[in-house]
Amino acid sequence: MATSNNIHSLSVEASTSQLAKVRDFVAEHAERLGLSEKEIGNIRLAVDEAYTNIIKHAYKNIPAKPVEIELGSDNSQLWISIKDEGESFDVEAYNEPDIRERIKNKQRGGMGVYLIRKLMDNVQYNRSGHMNEIRMIKHL
Amino acid sequence: MKNFGISIREVDNIRVLDISGELDAHTASQLENSLKSLIDQNEICIIVNCKGLDYIASAGLGVFMAYIEDVRGMGGDIKLTNMNERVYNVFDLLGFPTLYDIHDDESEALTGFNN
Repeated sequence: MATSNNIHSLSVEASTSQLAKVRDFVAEHAERLGLSEKEIGNIRLAVDEAYTNIIKHAYKNIPAKPVEIELGSDNSQLWISIKDEGESFDVEAYNEPDIRERIKNKQRGGMGVYLIRKLMDNVQYNRSGHMNEIRMIKHL
Repeated sequence: MKNFGISIREVDNIRVLDISGELDAHTASQLENSLKSLIDQNEICIIVNCKGLDYIASAGLGVFMAYIEDVRGMGGDIKLTNMNERVYNVFDLLGFPTLYDIHDDESEALTGFNN
């Protein structure tokens, strides 16, 4: 884990076995910023959903693929960036999930992006070269 | 898995699953296996008691989404009880309270089945 000023980073493999570690990493730093327990819980869940989407969709469950997580803050905001080298996510093609319809069709999934948007104040998707980035912001 | 636990007991012919810890994309398969095994044995009146559940991600909710139609189609239900506020909020954000039978307490869910 590298630390530079108020920026913290964590490199992990894309694996659901790392989920608890990733959640704990962001929660630990969010706590230091004096966020409420509820806000920390929201950030924990948003990061879980973003990382899970990378494992399942960007890397299609192929193990040992790299994921870089970076977290930083200033006086006004906390930002979390998660980068991968997998397939990019087409945010334009994403529709809000109709849960009733999904249950009827015994479908699951498709809820992560919706939750992330509900839980964070600002969410951006960037593609640079072969790298995807989701950048999530919480106002302080 | 050290951060998720599941055990099954029987109350008045109803199967009660006590789940604890953190339910995410890594641990959801344990809940799925238990639910599937009950349904395969035609045990379709199921309560999932979430008293010990500290955390849930959408992968956990996905398990309930996958089986509720089958269970209701067979005349049973999966009722959820004893969620803490944080866990309930996740269900609420996705609109689950209008689609699932969620109770504060296990005894209410048992009454629901017995009626």
